[in-house]
Amino acid sequence: MKAIPLAYSVRNLWTRRLTTALTAGGMALVVFVFAAVLMLDAGLRSALVATGQPDSILVTRRAAGTEIQSGIERSQAAIVETSPEIATGPDGAPVVSKETVVLIAQPKRDTGVATNITVRGLGETGPLLRPQVRIVEGRMFRRGTTEIVVGTSIAERFERTGIGERLRFGGREWTVVGVFDGAGSGFDSEVWGDGDQMMQAFRRNAFSTVVARLADPASFDALKARLESDPRLTLDVKRERRFYEEQSEVLSNFIRILGLTLSVIFSVGAMIGAMITMYAAVANRTAEIGALRALGFRRGAILVAFLAEALALAFVGWAVGIAAASAMTLVRISTMNWQSFAELAFSFRLTPEVVGQSFVFALAMGLAGGVLPALRAARLKIVDALRAA
Amino acid sequence: MQFLKLVLRNALRHKLRTGLTVAGLVVAILAFGLLQTVVDAWYAGAESAAPNRLVTRNAVSLTFSMPLHYREKIRAVDGVRAVGAANWFGGIYQDPKNFFPQFAIDPAPYFAMYPEYRIREDELRAFLRDRKGAVIGRKLAETHGFKLGDTIPLKGTIYPGTWPFTVRAIYDGAEAKTDTSQMFFHWDYVNETLKARAPRRADQVGVFVVQIDDPSRSAGIAQAIDRQFVNSLAETLTETEKAFQLGFVAMTEAIVVAIRIVSFVVIFIILAVMANTMAMTARERIGEYATLKALGFAPGYVARLVFGESIALALIGAALGIAATFPVSAAFGAKMGTLFPVFEVSGATIALQVACALAVGVAAAILPGRSAARIRIVDGLRAVG
Amino acid sequence: MSDDDSPPLISLRHVFKSYRRGGQAVPVLHDISFEVRRGDFLGLMGPSGSGKSTLLNLIAGIDKPDSGAVFVDGVDITGLGETELADWRAGAVGFIFQFYNLMPVLTAFENVELPLTLTHLPRRVRREHAEAALALVGLADRMEHYPSELSGGQQQRVAIARAIITDPKLVVADEPTGDLDRQSAEDVLALMDRLNVELGKTILMVTHDRRAADRAHAIMYLDKGELSTAGDLHERSVRDARG
Repeated sequence: MKAIPLAYSVRNLWTRRLTTALTAGGMALVVFVFAAVLMLDAGLRSALVATGQPDSILVTRRAAGTEIQSGIERSQAAIVETSPEIATGPDGAPVVSKETVVLIAQPKRDTGVATNITVRGLGETGPLLRPQVRIVEGRMFRRGTTEIVVGTSIAERFERTGIGERLRFGGREWTVVGVFDGAGSGFDSEVWGDGDQMMQAFRRNAFSTVVARLADPASFDALKARLESDPRLTLDVKRERRFYEEQSEVLSNFIRILGLTLSVIFSVGAMIGAMITMYAAVANRTAEIGALRALGFRRGAILVAFLAEALALAFVGWAVGIAAASAMTLVRISTMNWQSFAELAFSFRLTPEVVGQSFVFALAMGLAGGVLPALRAARLKIVDALRAA
Repeated sequence: MQFLKLVLRNALRHKLRTGLTVAGLVVAILAFGLLQTVVDAWYAGAESAAPNRLVTRNAVSLTFSMPLHYREKIRAVDGVRAVGAANWFGGIYQDPKNFFPQFAIDPAPYFAMYPEYRIREDELRAFLRDRKGAVIGRKLAETHGFKLGDTIPLKGTIYPGTWPFTVRAIYDGAEAKTDTSQMFFHWDYVNETLKARAPRRADQVGVFVVQIDDPSRSAGIAQAIDRQFVNSLAETLTETEKAFQLGFVAMTEAIVVAIRIVSFVVIFIILAVMANTMAMTARERIGEYATLKALGFAPGYVARLVFGESIALALIGAALGIAATFPVSAAFGAKMGTLFPVFEVSGATIALQVACALAVGVAAAILPGRSAARIRIVDGLRAVG
Repeated sequence: MSDDDSPPLISLRHVFKSYRRGGQAVPVLHDISFEVRRGDFLGLMGPSGSGKSTLLNLIAGIDKPDSGAVFVDGVDITGLGETELADWRAGAVGFIFQFYNLMPVLTAFENVELPLTLTHLPRRVRREHAEAALALVGLADRMEHYPSELSGGQQQRVAIARAIITDPKLVVADEPTGDLDRQSAEDVLALMDRLNVELGKTILMVTHDRRAADRAHAIMYLDKGELSTAGDLHERSVRDARG
């Protein structure tokens, strides 16, 4: 079947510029929302995935959903530490960090309202287990002191977190001596200090979590099985990445479900706009349709031509929408992660998947809006169409 | 009347286009209303706060506790009528998805402080008598089909172990906006169990709820309470219940702002659709407008025809959309269950829906109305042939 | 010159056609039978609603009779399916409409080329044919113009170029001069004359216009669905009458 030249469909969009702009504009808005939601979710996930190392494990008390809910007795921590699967460092000591994790409420710079931020007291190998973290200003805290370092997101958004300033918690004053870059991970929103100091300040006897590096990442299953079946222990052992992934599940699901539901609802509006436009196009060009059929173009060719027009409309909408969405990559979101109850900053991330999915979505809108008018065009009887001239 | 008839008849000339436009409006207004209601639900906690209640928590963060003996010291502060301890329990019922708030509380002072939780006398007494008893809200009972006498087992996350509680009372809310998705049980029971299992964590309170005599003195009383504990191991921060609830909202403020923005995006989408419809319609009727002007009708009349049709469509769409908002919200609220305990369409939302629809109707008609009024009779008549 | 011994190009036998209007069948053509020879230039006249256009549509293959047969160049087109008819039309019939029916978004060149896109001819060949057709109608210099940039007469000439580009044997014209001023109408009719005389095309023309009718070899009158002729088709000689 020979098709009507594509120029026919595309140039008709250009001829009715205002209508095309309005209709494509509506679609662009929908694509923008759709893409932005997917980008937000991608940003959230990548922030949390970037938080964990592929060869590290994170141990919490059994059934503790978050690090702050977890408590591990010294004796239990020691058992984990001496497990053979744990890697040893250059000094021969196991690469294990027994950590104390708490939340403190600090006022934000822009609103002055207090929000919970994560304070992490690290063991000696703590920084070693987070190779993605780099000090970008000042220096690392010294062990045995009440010095702390803050992530870039904290320094940016919270009061009293500049170098030389002090935070007050646990009955002591802690001095900020450096700012670190967590490479877009969850650590960007944390405050780090000496774990022993923090345990003393909070009068604790138990650690919150134990983070350790595996000598061989594949030995994870064996270690997990052994530790979880040990009657002396009440622990959950997870790959660090998986743990942080789970931390984001509720928020991620919420963003995705709400966002996608909204996109679908909005797309109905844009689709209706496309339908109105295409019905009008068919009505205005009835005589042309008759002429094309008289010349020998088949019904199918007419159908394809009008569908192509609707799809071209959707394509324009997609291009504008995705361009606008990509501008969102400059925006960083800072909110409380419901599961960890702590501040988390992440950004919009444009991935090839987002580009592809939004493209399909836009085309689907165009197709849904254009199919009925295109069918009407194709079903016209030649004599009726010509009579309308 | 003549004008209205003309406007409506014109709108019905192109039934398909009018129908589609109105359908689009309905969807947009409905989506807008739903989103605004979601934002309202976010603030529901703050909305139902009482001015004569304060909340005292550890100054460092809500995740730190305070010693039990603070209760008596707070009670002794001038202006305080009653104090109750409350701990966030955070247990899981079967699956984390079935989230609902659970609190271990001092039952006697607590329910006296919350008159909006309506409990039957006999049920309250049954609860007070049973240490392992629980009071649950009507919405929670309906969501999971809990009845009096049922046992609800909770898997503890903060307080390890499995905790079975027996439903002794079901409370109803005094108003539509009262949260009836909560579960309360005895603080003493949790504490004693904790003393046996993990003694070092016992006698620790999450928040104190403080009832005061005179709401106008709340700031002063709050400061007086906090002064009691300055330089102690657990310094406190006392604020009005409303401020406390707003604090939660503020933590997820980014999301609330995003939802508000998105709710207006849909209005812009439908504005584009309406503007398109009105532009097309006006363009097709150029001949008629020219004829009307030739007959002697003023340009303003022609413009009013365009505006009239646009606004009429917008209002019809708004009416249908608003009508649909109620059942859809109810269904959505039921589906969300205890995640959004209060899901009511507010008067402010409806007013906004009407306002937005009107704005769309007017905005969509501006350009077409203007060009219709300005059409030169000669040009317009020529366009017909 | 018509060739009397060859079979007729068009042959209608007992053709009936009626339309449904509000539940009732309104007869439009009643037992029409006639023949058109190759090279004829036939005019169809009659009062409004007499069925002239309907008859034209049946012969051109864009409508089907209720009963009867329509033979064009040996093919009974009433037996063809819709797709076959479309393909048949593409090669066998050229159309000229009262309101030109050009695609406003295509240039004159692209409009003329349009029927060729239904063939398998390569682009270069299509281009040559289109340029030749436009040159024939005297619009070679307006190839890149859009219909909105051309006068009515020029648009109709572009339509004529489009009508002959696939070298069809038959050209049907429905009120070709209906929307044109006197001079443009003259130009168009002169062109149609050339199509008939120089290119040997058989032309069937529905018209109200006396001047157009004068150009035809013979006139058929259609009234209340029945045909009558003014003068015998086979005895009038074009060359003699016009000199």
